[in-house]
Amino acid sequence: MHWYAYTVAGWLMLVGSFGIVRSRDLVHAVVSLSVAQSGTYVLLLAVGYQSGAPAPVFAGGPAPSTRVVDPVVQAMALTDIVVSATVTALLLALSIQVHARHRTVDPDALTRLRG
Amino acid sequence: MSRTVRLVMFGVAAAVLAPLFGLAIAGAPPFGTASHPYRDLAVAAALRNATANVVSSINFDQRGLDTLVEETILLASVVGATIVLRASTGDVRRELAGDDRALAAVTLVSVAVLPGTLLIGLDVVVHGHLTPGGGFQGGVVLATGLHLLYLASRYETLERLRPLHWYRWSEGLSTAAFGGIGVGGLATGAGFLANVLPHGSFADLLSGGTVPLLNIAVGVAVAGGVVVLLAQFLDQALRIASERDGKG
Repeated sequence: MHWYAYTVAGWLMLVGSFGIVRSRDLVHAVVSLSVAQSGTYVLLLAVGYQSGAPAPVFAGGPAPSTRVVDPVVQAMALTDIVVSATVTALLLALSIQVHARHRTVDPDALTRLRG
Repeated sequence: MSRTVRLVMFGVAAAVLAPLFGLAIAGAPPFGTASHPYRDLAVAAALRNATANVVSSINFDQRGLDTLVEETILLASVVGATIVLRASTGDVRRELAGDDRALAAVTLVSVAVLPGTLLIGLDVVVHGHLTPGGGFQGGVVLATGLHLLYLASRYETLERLRPLHWYRWSEGLSTAAFGGIGVGGLATGAGFLANVLPHGSFADLLSGGTVPLLNIAVGVAVAGGVVVLLAQFLDQALRIASERDGKG
């Protein structure tokens, strides 16, 4: 059980990268990148976990104490998600432009430079 | 590079990386223990500044500069997507046919849910320093909630009810406001993005000093940014449709 969360994080990272490597469609590659990035969220949250501890939010919740799951990695995961969303938007915009210029989104077919 | 070579290279790299990752994890502190030194410091700092949501305190108080940079990344991505997706010469906008109205049931549900969704979005932004949520989450709820108008009726209605330049300005100005609050901390001599406002009493709506203000600034910026971003993609869908119609 102790290995489980870390194994899931590593697996997501690898399977996402594998998706990018064998991709035949730029949109598929962008989604694969998102899968690989979700591995980092799982890793961050697993690092900050403490068995049986509540969330680090005290209004109406547990009495303020330091016995909560680590809020530092949660804040990092939030930053991670925001950056991931902006990168996805930008890559999808680029995919649209690639399709408009080259009439294909297959990375293997994009071999020529065009001015 | 052929597909086979690429797959073999990936296989070799993965076969090296996977055991190294396993070794790193084996050397790390075990999962779920009580040893979190940064957690102890961060919770103590959040309680000192009377911020009930420790994650918000880290994002907007203890690591405020990181969030300013994150906000700038969002702004840069919106500007980048707008530039990449701009209309080139020769693009024609498809005129939408009059009969592509939404189903009456979809319109009814969308209009019924819209006010509640916007209210939840505002609630998540304003209570970001007390309960789970904050500017980023609430901003996304606000922006996607607004697009219920797109489901409820035609694209032209969304365009009429959503003056896009307002959102462009709101995104830029609220990012500037984030920086402005930071400079305010500098002006008092406490340092850039220092929490200089009165901290209030713990778990009150008016507590946490600058954290709720920064949350609202980020909420407006994210809502504006996501609306502008989605507008570029929706506009693009119209243009692509026009090209396809022209060919067929």
